[in-house]
Amino acid sequence: MKAERIALLLVIVLVMGVPLAAVLARSNSDTIEIHAQMADNGGWTPSDLKAQVGQPLHLRLTSDDVMHGFAVGQSDAPALDVLPGQWTTTTLLFDQPGKYTFYCTRWCGPSHWRMRGTIEVTGAATGATTETITTTAPLYVTLNLDLDAPHPSDVVPNEKPSAARGVSLGVILDRIAAPDRTQTSGAQVWHQLRSSSITQHLSDEQVWDLVALTWRSNTTPERLAEGQQLYAQNCAACHGETGKGDGVIAPSLKKTPMPGMTMTGHETVAPIDFTDAKNMLGASDAILEGKIIRGGMGTGMPYWGPIFTAEQIQALVDYVWTFQFER
Amino acid sequence: MTPIELTRSPIVKAALRARWPQFVIRVIALAGFVFAILSGFIGTPVGNHNFSIVFVWIVWWALLMLIVVPFLGRGWCAVCPIPLPGEWLQNGALLKPRGKGFGLNRKWPRRFRNIWLQNIAFTLLALFSAVVLTQPGVTGLVLLLFLIVALATSLIFERRAFCRYLCPVGGFIGLYSQVAPVEVRVKDPAVCAVHTEKSCYTGSKDGYGCPWLIYPGTLTRNINCGLCLECLRTCTQDNVAFNLRSFGADLKQPGGRRLDEAFKAFIMLGAALIYSAVMLGPWGALKSAAYSIGTPQWLVYALSLLGLIYIVLPGTFLIAVAVGRTLTKSKETLKKSFSAFAYALVPLGLMAWIAFSLSFVFASLSYLWPALSDPLGAGWNLFGTAHVAWQPYLMSIVPFLQAGVLIGGLWWACMTARRIAAEQQTGRAITLQALPVMGFCFITTTGLLGLLIG
Repeated sequence: MKAERIALLLVIVLVMGVPLAAVLARSNSDTIEIHAQMADNGGWTPSDLKAQVGQPLHLRLTSDDVMHGFAVGQSDAPALDVLPGQWTTTTLLFDQPGKYTFYCTRWCGPSHWRMRGTIEVTGAATGATTETITTTAPLYVTLNLDLDAPHPSDVVPNEKPSAARGVSLGVILDRIAAPDRTQTSGAQVWHQLRSSSITQHLSDEQVWDLVALTWRSNTTPERLAEGQQLYAQNCAACHGETGKGDGVIAPSLKKTPMPGMTMTGHETVAPIDFTDAKNMLGASDAILEGKIIRGGMGTGMPYWGPIFTAEQIQALVDYVWTFQFER
Repeated sequence: MTPIELTRSPIVKAALRARWPQFVIRVIALAGFVFAILSGFIGTPVGNHNFSIVFVWIVWWALLMLIVVPFLGRGWCAVCPIPLPGEWLQNGALLKPRGKGFGLNRKWPRRFRNIWLQNIAFTLLALFSAVVLTQPGVTGLVLLLFLIVALATSLIFERRAFCRYLCPVGGFIGLYSQVAPVEVRVKDPAVCAVHTEKSCYTGSKDGYGCPWLIYPGTLTRNINCGLCLECLRTCTQDNVAFNLRSFGADLKQPGGRRLDEAFKAFIMLGAALIYSAVMLGPWGALKSAAYSIGTPQWLVYALSLLGLIYIVLPGTFLIAVAVGRTLTKSKETLKKSFSAFAYALVPLGLMAWIAFSLSFVFASLSYLWPALSDPLGAGWNLFGTAHVAWQPYLMSIVPFLQAGVLIGGLWWACMTARRIAAEQQTGRAITLQALPVMGFCFITTTGLLGLLIG
């Protein structure tokens, strides 16, 4: 009988006790577990988080399929890699209330951009360091621009305009009514410069070099470097490193032409070719900024408004022009 | 080689008769089994990080096919945890017999006293193996089903009916245990003949009657002996021995060959071929067909698998046997010859499975270290190995090992075929009758060499 009792104890401890203890140890934590899967299989689980201003939010992230990344939009926190079957831990601290968006930073599939979740942060602001979510209406809203309307340029250069060549022309742009690059398309700037008496001795191509100069005068090498980095991380998979719309994901996107397209919200179109002068030079910074913030409705182009800060979007817009203009 | 009786040593005999060591191993195995089920359900869904997948399909499988089955035969069955809960209820005790247990204690139906149900169970598992082997949730479910079916069977039927007639794993372990160099046999059948109590079958205060429903007094092959060692404990005549013997000794036994066991050989050989093609081959469409359960592609895959193991392989083998019979004008019936020569496929099949296992065991073994440190996918690092990166082991020598194993298996199969032919023929006719079967083995081995080594 004694042996039976010892045997029973052994069974209870090993067969029931150990698994039970493991389960209890696993669940005893104030850390939120987040599982990442490709968007078509569920994306982030859970995808709606809540946090308090000034209270740390402990997260443990793992991927249930392929490699993903984790970042919180409009924050300085560095992106984390979320690997299959492994756990990545992080702690977020918010000092401003608002609704933040977290998103995948790795190209995990054609619906990668749908991998998003929100963190609703409540409580009184503590002032300090993290950036607040902007509530200022973007320029395309203020200007009431139709982002989906075609905007072809009526003039295009024969070769890629160069800001450096523009400098060598010795034209002092301040003496011309300064064109507002944010609201004016490249073509409109060209027309404005062409009609000025001060450029009468210049060829059309040289005027295009001045247009490039107006672009370069309104940006900085640092901003272009930041824009290039953001572009490589977030845009190049579709639009391509060369801007030709030939990124690695591009072949999987449906090539429906824009005009007359039925916008179901689930359609995709071939990514825009940033090297196409006819299309690009008809756009203003405000239109490009609007498309980045709002996304391309019904095209598969993600909306980046809750992800990028205003400065990041500006840097991206400036960088996109490098596909049209030489520095 | 004359068997060496290991139980002559009082230490070995005492160790084997002792109930505690086996009990502790089985309880640890049961804890691991329960943990694997748990991990399958609540661990990470990423297969190569999940404890259940890594522990069961890589580690356990490696131990089973590379060590236990070739060297200890049904050694796994001796410590298998699956029938344990049912057995405890049936016995009403965890250790020695101590009275009445639970259960209806019914006899297993006569018509199913063969391994056809095990053949079917293994085939079903094989049809869904691409998913079972890679998805932790499905692995957890399958392991749980094993436990439930074993428990239910124990409560309805007598002794280890599940192990003997239903377990899909036990079926092939039994078949291949015939080559193992260990056996439990009686020392002197004459002693058993006059021993009226037959305590090895009926049980005694020291142990249970054979849980595997066999009478050790007439035991000549390992196939149905679970090495549970109860007969060693219950024999009052000290007439049961645990022997070391030559490899494949059972294959030399001309008696007791059966069609259900013969088909098991084809099922296992066919499954080794199919698995090699699906899991290691370069054919993406085949892989996705095996994985897409319920689709027309999977249906084609399933029908192909069934066709290969139940029609093509046995059919071709039947032709080979028939040619051998015709060439030698054998008087043995075709059915008997077919069943007999199929046992030549036992060493061939075992070596095919060893070669197949070698291809992924060493490549995937390093997944064990993170899984051990974090068995429930909870982010733990129990042994400091949670972040050990995947690294294949010994990959430069694996193809040579595989080639050696397969060629050795072919040679062994040919020698076995010759020995079986020698039971019916003499002189030159021996080789003549075995030759078509050898040809079958050669073609199969060549196919496996192509699939596994390229």
